[in-house]
Amino acid sequence: MSKETPSEKARQQIDANLKRVFREQEQAELPDQLRELLAKLKAQESSNLDDKA
Amino acid sequence: MTADPRDELIEHLPALRAFAISLTRNGSTADDMVQDTVVKAWTNIEKFEPGTNMRAWLFTILRNTFYSSRRKAKREVADVDGIFTENMAEKPAHDGHLQMTDFRTAFAKLPDEQRETLILVGASGFSYEEAAEMCNVAVGTIKSRANRGRKRLAELMHLDADGPVELTDKVTIAVVSNNGNSAF
Repeated sequence: MSKETPSEKARQQIDANLKRVFREQEQAELPDQLRELLAKLKAQESSNLDDKA
Repeated sequence: MTADPRDELIEHLPALRAFAISLTRNGSTADDMVQDTVVKAWTNIEKFEPGTNMRAWLFTILRNTFYSSRRKAKREVADVDGIFTENMAEKPAHDGHLQMTDFRTAFAKLPDEQRETLILVGASGFSYEEAAEMCNVAVGTIKSRANRGRKRLAELMHLDADGPVELTDKVTIAVVSNNGNSAF
């Protein structure tokens, strides 16, 4: 019969694996397109501010 | 002069991208989602309350973007299961732990809402209350999604099977057996 909730030990293993998967993805290098997007948005903002001045 | 909260955005991009990958199960879709989120956050920065959790705010924008695009293209999104598993097969864990590959495959099989909840409360350190606010549902719903997700993962990984859960792979069993033998 299937249990209603996983055991505490299983839960700990699952959460440790979840953290590990997330950490690995977090540590992956950011694609250049994302950095470039931020730089573009910033440049656009500066140019808008210059236009207003 | 007050600091521009937009300067903080870059710090959260790795976590935002990790969340997007977990949610979409596809690298290029995840990058598109992160780009959309960044543009939305940038252009709506006045809606961010300084002093509150920017990561939670960004995650909320990203998940709203994801679910709205899922509604628009339900068939496409439903088909990414195989793509995600394929990606995982191309990138096995470098440390040789086959269990992690199994875990990723099992995790990819969970429904979106359970995957999302487990990443928020199990991996990213958000409280049930914070996750509930981000997902715009009751705290009980988050607890139930997390519980169902963990239960399903335990089943898929055979973690609650009879016997010691730590002896789950042949290598571990072999090492332990060898150690046991050498003691005699």
